[in-house]
Amino acid sequence: MKPAVIRTLSVPARRRLSSALWAAAAMLCTFGVALILLLVIGYILREGFAALSWSFLTHLPRPVGVPGGGVGNGLVGSGMTVALAALMAFPAGMLVGIYVAVYAYLSLARLLSFLADVLAGVPSIAIGIYAYTLLVAPFGGFSALSASFALAVLMMPLVIRATEGAVRAVPRELREAATALGATDYRVTCKVLLVAARPGIVTGLLLALARVTGETAPLLFTAFGNQFWEFDPTKPMAELPLQIFTYAISPYRDWHRQAWGGALILVTAVFVLSVAARLSFLLLRGRAADGTGP
Amino acid sequence: MAPAPEPGVIPAQLASPLAGLANRSSEAAAREKVLIRDLSFYYGSFQALHGITAPLYDKCVTAFIGPSGCGKSTLLRVLNRIYELYPGQRASGEVLIDGENILRPGLDLNRLRARIGMVFQKPTPFPMSIFDNVAFGIRLYERLPRSELSDRVEWALRRAALWEEVKDKLKQSGHSLSGGQQQRLCIARAIAVEPEILLLDEPASALDPISTQRIEELIAELKSDYCVVIVTHNMQQAARSSDYTAFMYLGRLVEFDETERLFTRPRDKRTEDYITGRFG
Repeated sequence: MKPAVIRTLSVPARRRLSSALWAAAAMLCTFGVALILLLVIGYILREGFAALSWSFLTHLPRPVGVPGGGVGNGLVGSGMTVALAALMAFPAGMLVGIYVAVYAYLSLARLLSFLADVLAGVPSIAIGIYAYTLLVAPFGGFSALSASFALAVLMMPLVIRATEGAVRAVPRELREAATALGATDYRVTCKVLLVAARPGIVTGLLLALARVTGETAPLLFTAFGNQFWEFDPTKPMAELPLQIFTYAISPYRDWHRQAWGGALILVTAVFVLSVAARLSFLLLRGRAADGTGP
Repeated sequence: MAPAPEPGVIPAQLASPLAGLANRSSEAAAREKVLIRDLSFYYGSFQALHGITAPLYDKCVTAFIGPSGCGKSTLLRVLNRIYELYPGQRASGEVLIDGENILRPGLDLNRLRARIGMVFQKPTPFPMSIFDNVAFGIRLYERLPRSELSDRVEWALRRAALWEEVKDKLKQSGHSLSGGQQQRLCIARAIAVEPEILLLDEPASALDPISTQRIEELIAELKSDYCVVIVTHNMQQAARSSDYTAFMYLGRLVEFDETERLFTRPRDKRTEDYITGRFG
């Protein structure tokens, strides 16, 4: 005997109810996701802080049972490897992205764009194997350079997509106006399109860096890891993610502690890069708008 | 290349839309800067312009009016071949500028565009300083010493009636200006390279009435030096600021005449209906 209830719920009231329900569901999911993120970060903070110290950041790893080991070589190695990867991926990826955005109608540009998407979907471990086959096996040794190459390949689609998106977002009229003055494609691209797209491009590059900084799988059989200081990129090199991996799967409590410490450093680095990406976007866009731009 | 027609001679096969020009003065005929002949235009398989024929006179303002989608902007975009940025857009027929067919293959597009200034509906300041905006086009084709460059920038900004407002902030971004100022900046940028023809694509439709008035005054000023072509959906604007008016409808040129005559004694029923507000 429910008809009475249905009658009191007039159509607008029902709509209001369903609207409220959906809003509540969306809010709940948002809080849920935020909660998971906070829990992960909170846990890493709690466990990691215990391991952090100046010597942890600057010292070499020590054998099990010897106190005071650090990840100094891994920090240096990761920094070098990622920087080298950026040196490879940024120029190449940006050029491809510009090409795809400026000549988007060419079927080659469309194909490149599609291939970038495919590449973005390739598992990172497969790219590690690729780098191993190409650069480690033929030259007979693990090297940071091969790891950089693997990371660069991982970064490429992100750099391409970010550049393409930023250049495409520049109003069509701006390109037409520059072209209508008689400027060549090169001039139009360098002096107008890229300047207008710079905030988006810089943000994309920083996010691509953040994305590969924590990658572990491609490093396993490229950089390989190293117990000692190593600054020669053609040699096996220590990497922070690899050290975390090694320590985390070990049976020793002290190594677990160090793994948490390493994880905290890694998360912090990624966080800083992400915030820098956000800030640089706002800053560059603001500068372009208020006229203090270059 | 097709043989250049004798200046001022409207080919005989041209027809009724231009009938009003039949007894134009020889002085007007001598000022014919551009002759559009049997121009058709295609967006892919869609034909947007059908056999347009019209003259454009030097030191005059020619306005193209007509309802949205009639092809007036398309026509403008043919004159500097800016449409070639996009694939699948093509033109057939002839556009003769000083007797040279600019639609011929192999033409140096950058050189062509350097001779023709264009201003768009939305102001398009580049992401650089006011000075660099105006200097952009100059630097493309001329190597001037700094002082001469400054003089030219000042000249262009004065010509665009913007100098007094920006002379103390030339280093600031073009984006820091108001919409009307930005549009005048774009006009300054276009005339800084001393073009022969100035194309204005609804240059005032995004502006407030006061800015619009300034732009119209500016157009009246500029016509003493250039062949000015303006596309507008604002009939009052066309009536106020042009010497010749072309009415387009559905991709065809319906009527082309001296502005005063077209607005007072239109020969075509469709022109009359449009200017009296019966459609469009």
